[in-house]
Amino acid sequence: MRRYLRLFAVQLRASIELALQYRVDFFVGGAMALFWLFWNLVPMVVVWGRRPTIAGWGFWEALLVVAWFTLLRGVLEGAVQPSLVQVVEHIRKGTLDFVLIKPADAQFLVSTARFEPWRGLDSLGAIALAVYALHRLGRVPAPGEVAIALLLTIAACALLYAFAILVVSAAFWVVRLDNLIYLFNSVFDAGRWPSTVFQGAWRVLFTFVVPLALMTTYPPLALLGRLKVSTAIAGLAGAVAFVTMARLIWLRAIGHYTSASS
Amino acid sequence: MSLRSTLKAYPTLLRVGLAEAVAYRAEFLVWMLTMTMPLVMLALMSAVAREAPIGRFDQNGFVSYYLTTLIVRQMTGAWVVWELVREVREGTLALRLLRPIHPLVGHSADSLAAIPMRGLIVLPVAVIMLIATSGHDVTHDPWVVVIFLASLGGAWLLNFAVSATIGTLALYMESSMSIWELWLGCFMIFSGYLLPLELFPPWLERFARLLPFAYLQAVPVEILTGMHDRTSALHQLGAQYAYAAAAVLVMALVWRRGVKRFAAFGG
Repeated sequence: MRRYLRLFAVQLRASIELALQYRVDFFVGGAMALFWLFWNLVPMVVVWGRRPTIAGWGFWEALLVVAWFTLLRGVLEGAVQPSLVQVVEHIRKGTLDFVLIKPADAQFLVSTARFEPWRGLDSLGAIALAVYALHRLGRVPAPGEVAIALLLTIAACALLYAFAILVVSAAFWVVRLDNLIYLFNSVFDAGRWPSTVFQGAWRVLFTFVVPLALMTTYPPLALLGRLKVSTAIAGLAGAVAFVTMARLIWLRAIGHYTSASS
Repeated sequence: MSLRSTLKAYPTLLRVGLAEAVAYRAEFLVWMLTMTMPLVMLALMSAVAREAPIGRFDQNGFVSYYLTTLIVRQMTGAWVVWELVREVREGTLALRLLRPIHPLVGHSADSLAAIPMRGLIVLPVAVIMLIATSGHDVTHDPWVVVIFLASLGGAWLLNFAVSATIGTLALYMESSMSIWELWLGCFMIFSGYLLPLELFPPWLERFARLLPFAYLQAVPVEILTGMHDRTSALHQLGAQYAYAAAAVLVMALVWRRGVKRFAAFGG
């Protein structure tokens, strides 16, 4: 365990050093992240400009959902996807062999290979947005509610990671996957809206198939004190089950790997 | 690279492009699925309109607006920017330049050749729309329908020219993909793709209609959903083709200057 923590630190440092070489990118990327944060609010402002509440969500409450969406997108694009893109490339070119012969768990190595640290700015912006929304609502969440929201957020990050591992596992069978990543991104985009606004098939899809509800809607609900404890527990249990399944599928998939070049 | 030989080769290029689209159908399907955002917006806006209509949109109005949006997007999208940027970075553009046909003409054939496949996906959507709304919010004037079909051509041309121009910028700079993202970001808001322009505050709507984005989505959609009579539809069509022609001109200029700088990396 200690060894893996040290390995993690090494991999992270390599990514940070890589990022520091491109300082202009850092500032441009940060400015763009802020720009997109506000730009993405435009549809919300227009929709809520027409109605004070939609399916029980006021503007500031919905803004909390957007904050969580932004936070998780930062995690997705900064910590999960860069490694994912790299490992798909490895599989395609057959260079995954070099990762597999290293004396550490392959899943750990490939999923910590690359980070984009300046994406952290996204998360800072998201937290500021959440604090501002809570301030406008005049609500100070109880410590218990904050704890549940935090737990759910950690579960959400784990879910994103598990999804990435599933995509990588699929790459062992179907090889060309860059557009699967775009597909996931475009589905994930629906997470900016409170999931309880959707009805019927959409709600089932966003709750059980792609658990966007758990990722971006439940934590704000917890902060607003509207989440049932049973729902939170079910969500956490679901996340644990999902992550376990992803690990099992990964182990099966890696057994399938036959180097592309030999 | 004369015009005659290009015209003679074009049908063959289209056949090859269609064969490729069929061969990579799984990938193709995934690309199409990434453009289903209008369905999510439809689900959202129906929830908003459940109690009372917004502007001229009741729930049925939103069904026809967003399904038409989906159809227009599927039929007119162009992804040439990805191909061009990859070819420049990997140096395979050199191979294209060797062929006795303009690379952009080849790409346009690839893009057009996918239309039968796209139509296959779009057709059920169109049928569902007509059944779900019993044709209420769709124009009944056959000439307006013809103008709508023509506007699909204009929207494709404008999409393709912009996409190819930004792809060509990869010859000048490394970060042309972030320009594409910027374009897409503006497209999402100003084209009526996410929300009908009519729902914007009036000053913002007026501003959005001056920009080229509206001619990619909002204008064809509004023509089919019966917001324009014949004359105003024709005016919109004229403006759209003017934008498309200008974009093609820019594309040609950027390409001609850019290709001189090209030195096949690692080719």
